[in-house]
Amino acid sequence: MLRVEGLRARYGRIEVLHGIDLSVTSGEIVTVIGANGAGKTTLLRCLSGVHPAAGGNISFRGEMLTSVPAWRRVGLGLAQSPEGRQIFTNLTVEENLRLGAYLFSDERVEKDIDDAFQMFPILKEKRNLVAGGLSGGQQQMLAIARALMARPSCLLLDEPSMGLAPIIVAQIFDVVKGLKALDVTVLLVEQNAYGALKIADRGYVMETGRITMDGPADALIADPRIREAYLGI
Amino acid sequence: MSELLQFLLSGVTVGAVYALVALGFTMIYNASDVVNFAQGEFVMLGGMITVFAHAAGAPLPLAALTAVVATAALGVAMNKLAIEPARGAPVVSLVIITIGASIFIRGAAQLIFGKQIHRFPAFSGEDPIRILGATILPQSLWVIGGAVVIFVGLWLFFTRTLLGRAVLATSNNRLAAQLVGINTPFVMTLSFAMSAGIGALAGVLVTPITLTAYDVGLAFALKGFAAAMLGGMGNPKGALAGGLIVGVLEAMTAGYLSSQYKDAAAFIIIFAVLFFRPQGLFGRQSTDRV
Repeated sequence: MLRVEGLRARYGRIEVLHGIDLSVTSGEIVTVIGANGAGKTTLLRCLSGVHPAAGGNISFRGEMLTSVPAWRRVGLGLAQSPEGRQIFTNLTVEENLRLGAYLFSDERVEKDIDDAFQMFPILKEKRNLVAGGLSGGQQQMLAIARALMARPSCLLLDEPSMGLAPIIVAQIFDVVKGLKALDVTVLLVEQNAYGALKIADRGYVMETGRITMDGPADALIADPRIREAYLGI
Repeated sequence: MSELLQFLLSGVTVGAVYALVALGFTMIYNASDVVNFAQGEFVMLGGMITVFAHAAGAPLPLAALTAVVATAALGVAMNKLAIEPARGAPVVSLVIITIGASIFIRGAAQLIFGKQIHRFPAFSGEDPIRILGATILPQSLWVIGGAVVIFVGLWLFFTRTLLGRAVLATSNNRLAAQLVGINTPFVMTLSFAMSAGIGALAGVLVTPITLTAYDVGLAFALKGFAAAMLGGMGNPKGALAGGLIVGVLEAMTAGYLSSQYKDAAAFIIIFAVLFFRPQGLFGRQSTDRV
């Protein structure tokens, strides 16, 4: 479904992605784990088109994305819940969700909003409140719900567990795992390696702009190098 | 009493124009964080193009429409040719680009339209209307009415339409706007077109009262800027309130002190705002939780 070949990216003159290869097949949950600064967020930014690729190819459902502008990639079915949530702080919760379905204006939008409220009941309670006043966990839920409003076939998730209480993290990982049942393929970027590998089918390990290991998630969890470097066991 | 009312009426008239200019500042600022100092030139072009289209034989409404559309097109061209190519440059550089654009437009206007003062007839006669001992020109009612229509129309656009929400969303968080599929370059273009069109309309409405020349834009820009600062940059409600306050203060200064100090009112407001309330009357610290 999503195939990345030799992807390079730079900030100014400094190259931060040195040729990334990865692929995601339809129906999978794939995770990219790695330390802070490994380039995981930049990878997702390139996939969504909000950061230009300096080289390499990205194809999504057989279509080359490299020259497709960011706003059009959403329409192709590739949505992202970005790092730091990036919700519209001065709009209400419901308006945030409505804008998530910006490309649509049919009756399904209302139904999708109801589904989002069912997925995260707390958002329904706060539907008419300004989103900037939500707690971190609620904002993360809103960011995921908003991305799902775009009816993606593939969802890019950037660090959904960042800065949240363990109980909220567990709840969010549960939702991510449940996306499989909704036919949404997931590429999950995480520093919380254990949590991510536990719900994923496959994983990639990223270090300073390169993929250094990859394999089935349970094999990675069992790998002594991963255990030492990322799981602290 | 009638004197005070007279000053108030002329203050509100000119304040409505400042409010429209401030609104133009606000729209571009929201879309791009840029303070567009060519905003005054849009006002000048609105009046000027109407003058020449009217002189060329077009009826006044058609001439006015031509002016608004042509100026909006110029706003789009300015965005495409001057602002968009510099994307990624610091905001200060972009602001300097707009100052350059304003000097360029003023120079071109001087060559094309000449240095003399121009005017065209008022829309519905020149006979003043008497209200409680004060008088108001019919054209002033056009100015105030035009401003009301624009503000109500924009309010509906921002609160009732998905495209309006998209503009708000882009100004709140450009990255997120792109990620939900909003065509942010188009939102920029739209903001420049609307902002230039609104500026031109202000010029069309006010020119029968104030007359126009190639260099009137600077004064409009400075006063509109003062109004936008006073109201809180980026806030349409603030633009309206700021415009009216600047206009009325200016009229009061001219009436009770001396018309020589009239222009000082706007500058004193800019200083006062910067010293005491940099976020403006309606500006507030954004609430963000991390």
